Amino acid sequence: MKKRLSLLFSLMLVLSLFLAACGGFNKKEETAGDQAGEDKKADVPQELRVNINTEPFSLHPGLANDSTSGAVLRQTFEGLTVIKDGKPEPAMAESYEVSDDLTTYTFKLRDAKWTNGDPVTAHDFEYAWKWALDPKNQAQYAYQLYYIKNGQAFNEGKAKAEDVGVKALDDKTLQVTLENPTPYFLELTAFYTYFPVNSKIAQKNPDWYKNAGPDYTSNGPFKMVSWEHNNKIVLEKNENYWDADNVKLTKIEMFMVNDPNTELSMFNNGELDWAGSPTGYLPTDALPKLKEEGKLHVQPIAGTYWYKFNTEKPPLNNVNIRKALTYAIDRKAIVENITKGEQIPAMAAVPPTMFPENEKGYFKDNDVEKAKEHLKKGLEELGLKDVKDLPPLTLSFNTNEAHAKIAQAIQDMWKKNLGIEVKLENAEWNVYIDKLHSGDYQIGRMGWLGDFNDPINFLELYRDKEGGNNDTNWEHPKFKQLLIDSQKEADPEKRKQMLKEAEAILMDELPIAPIYFYTNTWVQKENLKGVEVSGLGDVLFKWAYFE
Amino acid sequence: MLKYIGRRLLYMLLSLFLIITATFFLMRAAPGGPFSGEKQLPPEIEKNLNEFYGLDRPWYEQYFDYLISIAQWDFGPSFKYKGQTVNDLINNGFPVSFFLGMEALFIAVGLGILLGIIAALNHNKWQDYGAMVFAVMGISVPSFIMASFLQYVLAIKLGLFPVARWESFMHSVLPALALATTPMAFIARLTRSSMLEVLSNDYIRTAKAKGLSKFQITVRHTIRNALLPVVSYLGPLSAQILTGSFVIEKIFGIPGLGSHFVLSISNRDYTTIMGVTVFYGIILLSAMLLVDIAYGLIDPRIKLAGGKKGE
Repeated sequence: MKKRLSLLFSLMLVLSLFLAACGGFNKKEETAGDQAGEDKKADVPQELRVNINTEPFSLHPGLANDSTSGAVLRQTFEGLTVIKDGKPEPAMAESYEVSDDLTTYTFKLRDAKWTNGDPVTAHDFEYAWKWALDPKNQAQYAYQLYYIKNGQAFNEGKAKAEDVGVKALDDKTLQVTLENPTPYFLELTAFYTYFPVNSKIAQKNPDWYKNAGPDYTSNGPFKMVSWEHNNKIVLEKNENYWDADNVKLTKIEMFMVNDPNTELSMFNNGELDWAGSPTGYLPTDALPKLKEEGKLHVQPIAGTYWYKFNTEKPPLNNVNIRKALTYAIDRKAIVENITKGEQIPAMAAVPPTMFPENEKGYFKDNDVEKAKEHLKKGLEELGLKDVKDLPPLTLSFNTNEAHAKIAQAIQDMWKKNLGIEVKLENAEWNVYIDKLHSGDYQIGRMGWLGDFNDPINFLELYRDKEGGNNDTNWEHPKFKQLLIDSQKEADPEKRKQMLKEAEAILMDELPIAPIYFYTNTWVQKENLKGVEVSGLGDVLFKWAYFE
Repeated sequence: MLKYIGRRLLYMLLSLFLIITATFFLMRAAPGGPFSGEKQLPPEIEKNLNEFYGLDRPWYEQYFDYLISIAQWDFGPSFKYKGQTVNDLINNGFPVSFFLGMEALFIAVGLGILLGIIAALNHNKWQDYGAMVFAVMGISVPSFIMASFLQYVLAIKLGLFPVARWESFMHSVLPALALATTPMAFIARLTRSSMLEVLSNDYIRTAKAKGLSKFQITVRHTIRNALLPVVSYLGPLSAQILTGSFVIEKIFGIPGLGSHFVLSISNRDYTTIMGVTVFYGIILLSAMLLVDIAYGLIDPRIKLAGGKKGE
């Protein structure tokens, strides 16, 4: 009897635990909302708390090479231009002139100051760019500056610093000479590798960027007042900023919490004002519910999730087999049931944020009929009678729940629609990337996010077979020529046509099977306004404020 | 005693050397490197980086350089965080993990022993069952579920504590509880079973026959002997808890050392892998040594210096 009682007791205990865990999330959210509503409009504290996930690699603009560092640097520094509403606007530069051959830019700088009061000069830009290119400083993103004349040569030790095409003509005039005409150069100057560095301080104290302190000077809307490694970064409004009148936030706290569930809980508990992209993540499981409640913000960004085909491994060397595989994927089902973040089915390589018409794409999603036709044709070309005679296929991805689910779904679609059996194989990230880059795979998953707002980002990686990020071993003379020619085209419309033509070739040859275009998903305090999230998924808090 | 400790220290050095060697070669055998990423670097830049960090030199040079610098307590620069050395990472992370770990240990040992004693003294009564149901749950519920559960109930529902992060003592309560649950449950069971064993011994009967009070018997005669298994469990446990838990630190966003153990491997951050492994090795080996010394203090029957019998 005693034993039975205790059993009952323990069962009840366990049950009550579960019930407690299953209860709704609503209560706390309501109270949090009420509090926000009650605050008087006039004296809303202008303090923002966001999550940036991890410790940034480095807060030196020349050394940073990751989105976390970028997210901090974009608030504390400012380049010659800044991207607002998708277009580059003059920032540190007041005006600029471009030579007719598009290779020389002359920037006139505005009167601006560093956080310590030093004036921002053209010499600071020259110093910063040359510093990043100097091979002895080991900047991984030095190649972002290869557009500048002799930038690459200097970085590879084949030219001297004086040969690099950036020169301060006087304190306020910066002249930049480019290697080739670069129609998107003003987009690049908004990128963090192109930010200036206070040369007076950097020359005195080479360790200036390692911690917050009097030597950590910046020229952007905010200044860094503290940096507890692995824990949090605190930014405050920079009173010396040239446009300080338009900066409303007085303080930004950036936490480093690397867990999507915790991030959302903190938001629900009022410990964060923003959770999710672009600086953090939301748990996929929570997306449908947030969407239902109307809290989820979704914005397409410049990123494509695609499968790469190794075009040298049979049967993937046959274009019809590649077409059959690509057409037989039901992308809509994947974004609705697996990724759940309102991603856009991709039937093109370049995201719609750059080519709006790519929402429709170059072929039909889930076109099983056409896929079957191409399969038949492909089998004939390969001299095979039946699908069963195809060489065995393996689909690889890096170990991750979402990638695994997508791979399983696609495996199923190929089996059902085409009768093709593929084996799934996953590996830890570094092992996987090694295999992919060395061509030791057949079909492999990869994602690509644009660094700057130009379609060339998504096309040029397939320009050269030996290019570091191609991986497909595919090369096409016309495609290659179009990309090369597009660099010299000054007329944006004509250039766009060339790039579209190139993309059409890529989508006809299909060395890649696009799956979906990425989106940013987040939740935020509804009285927070003016946060600028660009089409690249970068965030600027300069114009942000609480109502 | 001193001779014993000296010999143990020598063994520790030997173990450390083996740990370092095994780690060095295992991590080099793993594919990929610290600079391989989604966007592949131009070969020239990668070559330059490898040269700078000495990764292009023959393995034996790198290996001996590592040994020398580790002997000088210099673990080198981190690959993942530019401008920070592995020593910085350890110096920043360890105090946090240590503080949290001490808090958790305090809870685990205090409550665990208490529960175990209560259960043993009330053998087969409801207190016993209650404590053991609690213990079984504590052992079987993984810490990440416990963590989310605590966050949900105590932070979100009741609003007693913040959900996550590391700012004040209040921030440390939930992670310490989550970290303590499993060891606490384990200690409770250990204490209970060894208490029961001790309670059935003749000398306890003698003590009872002498008319000593229950309290005196428990405190003077039972607990002392019953704690030996707990003490031996405490060695590896404290080494593990004090150096931080990856799961708990991730869920609560704590800037401790635990995350480096896991993340440095997926980042192929060679210097950090070596640094934290060596550090953990030292802590673990010292904790074991302390445990062995503590044995001798608690139980005079165990003689440390007595050669083989002491094992």
